[in-house]
Amino acid sequence: MTRERTTVVGSTIEINGLSKSFGAVRAVDDLSLTIRPGVVTGFLGPNGAGKTTTLRMLLGLVAADSGSATIDGRPYAELASPAAVVGAALEAASFHPGRTALDHLRVHAPMVGVPDAACSRVLAQVGLADAARRKVGGFSLGMRQRLGLATTLLGDPGVLVLDEPANGLDPEGIVWLRGFLRHLAHEQGRTVLVSSHVLGEVQATVDDVVVIARGRLVHESPLSDLVAMAAAQVRVSTPDTDGFVRLVTEQGWDFSEISGGLLISGASPAQVGAAAHAAHLELHGLAGEGMALEDVFLKLTDPARAQVPA
Amino acid sequence: MTPAVRSEWRKVTTTNLWWVLALVMFAYTAFLGAVMGFSLAQQPEAATGGMGDSALSGREVAQSVYTLGASLGYVFPLVAGALAMTSEFRHQTITPTLLFEPRRSVVLAAKLVVNLALGLVYGVIGTLGAIAGGAPVLAGLGDGMHLGDGEVLGNVAFSVLALAIWAVIGVGLGTLLPNQVAAIVVILAFTQFVEPILRIGFAAVDALSGLARFFPGAAAEALVGSSLYSTTGMLDLLGRWEGAAVLLAYAVVFALVGRFTTLRRDVT
Repeated sequence: MTRERTTVVGSTIEINGLSKSFGAVRAVDDLSLTIRPGVVTGFLGPNGAGKTTTLRMLLGLVAADSGSATIDGRPYAELASPAAVVGAALEAASFHPGRTALDHLRVHAPMVGVPDAACSRVLAQVGLADAARRKVGGFSLGMRQRLGLATTLLGDPGVLVLDEPANGLDPEGIVWLRGFLRHLAHEQGRTVLVSSHVLGEVQATVDDVVVIARGRLVHESPLSDLVAMAAAQVRVSTPDTDGFVRLVTEQGWDFSEISGGLLISGASPAQVGAAAHAAHLELHGLAGEGMALEDVFLKLTDPARAQVPA
Repeated sequence: MTPAVRSEWRKVTTTNLWWVLALVMFAYTAFLGAVMGFSLAQQPEAATGGMGDSALSGREVAQSVYTLGASLGYVFPLVAGALAMTSEFRHQTITPTLLFEPRRSVVLAAKLVVNLALGLVYGVIGTLGAIAGGAPVLAGLGDGMHLGDGEVLGNVAFSVLALAIWAVIGVGLGTLLPNQVAAIVVILAFTQFVEPILRIGFAAVDALSGLARFFPGAAAEALVGSSLYSTTGMLDLLGRWEGAAVLLAYAVVFALVGRFTTLRRDVT
């Protein structure tokens, strides 16, 4: 893979032992993770898992009870020109409805020392050039997401932090966002952190995944490792269920009984077919079923089944 | 600091609120100027409600009428200042604001500076309104406009300054009470109802009469140096610079308390 790097170099995000409680609720619990530049990292977890709280602590909006969150080794609030280092979009509603898209950017432009032309440029980058002089109050959720993204780009930062950026985008918008984020990370070397509560939404976008549930880290790996965890299963239809139970027990495969047969994991359809043939068992149907990636994700985040090996 | 001030100034000028408020303020003070000018020019003794011992002179009438913006129109800069902060919370723009400038004291200071400048604009508009409404009436029916009188013009200048400080107090109040509806209700209730009643009530009780001078409205009138209340001798005011100090103290205390309550909290 050829990856040309431009002058923009992303910084590493380090989160170390971060905790935060709201009253009796432990929103983030001793969370540690590292987000590297040059790739798109998916920050995943169900609603209420602590993703937004973690991001707000990273960005200095919420004070941590303990632990640290740094960008390039420094807390966000201590960066000299934070918006030129990190561009963050946290919710699609943070706009004054009476302000135009261009004016929304012009309000923040002095903070990163860029002229009005830069505001127009980032609007064009996210496909909002035609809506520049329209008031944000009339924008769809998808347009607000794009304006939020434009705001993050204003200071040309090396790190982008986006909370649920695909929310409200139409399918065309999601495809566009995917290409855009991968370009920012892969071709330009930026650090891109994207949160989502739906793995499928970012599956085609992210290179690395970080999964949290109930404020704790439950999985951190390249996406490919998560894909490998989507273990193959084989569905067997047979009148001789007892014979098959003996067989798979001998072979040491995991199984569960289903009506009219078994669901076997840890073996391929060919292995199961050959073993059945050798044992002279009557077999009516044999089908391989990949466990959906979304099911792996659910297994990771579901309290009852959280002990899946990571 | 300068980038934060520019950013805050753009926040004000990129929405319609500031000029709508300014327009309404001008119309309101012009109307009051004309009505009060008419009433005082016809019956200078009416202002005292029978409580004063003598009718107002032509100069006193002009002073009272031209500073009506500060006496009765200060709610406009006060609301404008408060909304500068409360609208950030109402529209959740406080999040991007603090992302672009995480130093919360700088954000607050920039809003105070910008609203002092904006308050001067309201001060000029509100005072011009009162003059535009009142001067022709005084010229036609009363003792003349008195616009060449240095003492009258001095009151006019302090009227502008008082209105500017009201906008700064508004920023502090909005920081203290970031809930926009609560802030507006408190402002309207206090300025239109609570303070006027308390001032008259306090004035009637000897032990409390001195305290009424320290209410923000009374301090502002002391700064202006003339008002309906004071020229009529109905109520006792502080000296001009004491009034200015008390008025500024309100601004500083509100802003500081807001800094260490609202602006210390987590922004979620």
